[in-house]
Amino acid sequence: MEYLKLIGIIIIILGFAFKLDTIAVVVAAAIATGLASGMSIDSVLNILGKGFMDNRMVSLFFLTLPMIGVVESHGMKQAAVNGISKIKNLSAGKIFNIYLAIREVTDAFGIALSGQVQFIRPLINPMAQAAASVKHDLTDKQVDLIKARAAATDNFGNFFAQNLFIASSGVLLMASTMKSLGHPVSTTSIVLYSIPVAIITFIIVGYYNMRFDKQFNK
Amino acid sequence: MSVNNILEIFYILMGIIMIFASIESFRDKENSARIGTGLFWLILGIIFAVGKYLPNVVIGLLIVLIGILSLMKQIKVGKIKEVNKEIAERSAKKLGGWLFFPSVVLAILSILISEFTNLGGQVGIGIASVVALILAMIISKADAKTTYHDSERMVRSVGTAGVLPQLLATLGVIFTASGVGDVTAKTISGIFPVGNHLLGVVLYCVAMVIFTMIMGNAFAAFAVITAGIGVPFIVAQGGNAAVVAAIGMTAGYCGTLMTPMAANFNSLPVALMEMKDNLGVIKQQVPIALTMLVIQIILMYFLAF
Repeated sequence: MEYLKLIGIIIIILGFAFKLDTIAVVVAAAIATGLASGMSIDSVLNILGKGFMDNRMVSLFFLTLPMIGVVESHGMKQAAVNGISKIKNLSAGKIFNIYLAIREVTDAFGIALSGQVQFIRPLINPMAQAAASVKHDLTDKQVDLIKARAAATDNFGNFFAQNLFIASSGVLLMASTMKSLGHPVSTTSIVLYSIPVAIITFIIVGYYNMRFDKQFNK
Repeated sequence: MSVNNILEIFYILMGIIMIFASIESFRDKENSARIGTGLFWLILGIIFAVGKYLPNVVIGLLIVLIGILSLMKQIKVGKIKEVNKEIAERSAKKLGGWLFFPSVVLAILSILISEFTNLGGQVGIGIASVVALILAMIISKADAKTTYHDSERMVRSVGTAGVLPQLLATLGVIFTASGVGDVTAKTISGIFPVGNHLLGVVLYCVAMVIFTMIMGNAFAAFAVITAGIGVPFIVAQGGNAAVVAAIGMTAGYCGTLMTPMAANFNSLPVALMEMKDNLGVIKQQVPIALTMLVIQIILMYFLAF
C-alpha cells in the first residue's frame, strides 16, 4: 500500500485546518510518513534529526534578531511613524499607495513592521478616513471599506515583497526545501525571481487604490 | 577554513542567543509554562550550538520532545518586558532615519558577500548580521546588557513560530526519503498528463492557492505541494527550480489573502479596527489575489522554461 505514505499530507492538511498545535502536527506528520513507508522507529528518528540539522540554514534569520531588537528599543518604529505621519493633503488612495511603497521597501530590507497593529489601525486608517471625508461625511459602510482597504494594502505589500530580503524565513525555507527535494537553488536567485512579482504588485495595487478614491468624490 | 566551518560558528552564535532566551524564560515567574518554555529554547540552543557532535537519533528524539512540549501547551511566550516608549520616543527624535541604517547594511552586505565572494549566501547573512548588530550598538550607544535583553526579548517573542519553517523543511526531507512526491505525482498524472508545461504550472500554482486556503499557511503548503506537484510536473520537466520556488510561494500567498484560516492577516485587522463585516478585509483582497494568480501563472510559465 504505497498510498499509506500520503498519511503525512493528510495529517498536515487536517491538523492545520482544525488549528491543532502546529509544531506537534508537523512532527507527527513526519513520523507517520516515515513509519508508513516502512522505516523503523530508529531510522525515522535518525532521518528526522539529520533533516533538522541539514536545514539549520532556514533558521538563520534568528541571527538578525539582536540587531532588530536594539534598533527597536531605540525607537525604530516611532521613527517610522513620525515619517509616515508627515504625509498630508492626499487622497485616501494616495495615502494607501505611499504606505504600500514604504511597506515594500522596508520589507526588502528585512525591516519587520507589525503593520496592522503599529501602522494601519493607529495611523493609516484615521489618515485615510480624514482624507476621504473632506467633501462628504462618510457612511458606516464607507468607513468599513476604508478600514478593510487599509488592512488589505498592508497585506499586499507585506506578502509580495517579503521575499526580496535574502535572510527572510520564506527565502531560506524555499532554498532549503529545494535542496531537500534534490534541486538546490541559491538564495540570491530566489530573491532575483521575486522582484517581478513585487513590482507588478505595486503597479496593480496602485491602480486599484487610485480607483478607490472615486466613490468619495461623487 | 571551509565555508561549512565558518557557518558552524554562526550556528553556535545562534545557539547562544537561544540559550539567552532559555535563561530568561526559566526566570520568567509570571509564565505558567516557564519550565517548558525554558526547556524549548534550551533544546534548540543545544541543537544549534553543539548538535554537530550529537548522533542524529538524539536530535530526532529532542525534536519529538519539542513536539510533546508544544502539544501539552508547555511552550508559551510569557511576559516580555515591553520597549520603554519614552526612551524609544526620545531616541527616535535624536536618531531618526539612522535607525534604519543597520537593516539596510544587513540586506545589502549579505547580497554583496553572496555575489562577490565564494563564501555563499548563508555565511553572507551571518557576517552581515554581526556587522549590522555592531553598527546598531554604535549608533544607539547600546551597551552589552541592553543588547542581551533586546536579543532575548526578540527571540522569546518569536516563540514556536520561529522553528516552524525549519521543521517544515525537515518534513520535506522525510517526504523525499519516503517517496511521497513519486506517489502524488503518479496519482495526479493518472488524471493530468505529465509533460505539458503550461498544465504543470497551472496545476502547481492553483494547488498552492487551494492548499494554502485550507491550511491557512503558505509555508506548510509549499513543503507539501512542491514535493508532490512542483518538482515532478515542472522542475523535472526542465523548469528552473528558483523560478518555481519563488513564484510558487507568492502564488500561495494569493491563497492566504482569500482565506479566513489566515487569522493573523485577515481577522486580526477586523478585531483591531472593530469592523462590522467579518470578511471585509478578504473581500477587498480577492480581486487582487485572483489577478496576481493569473499573472504569476503566466510569469512562471515564461520564466521557468
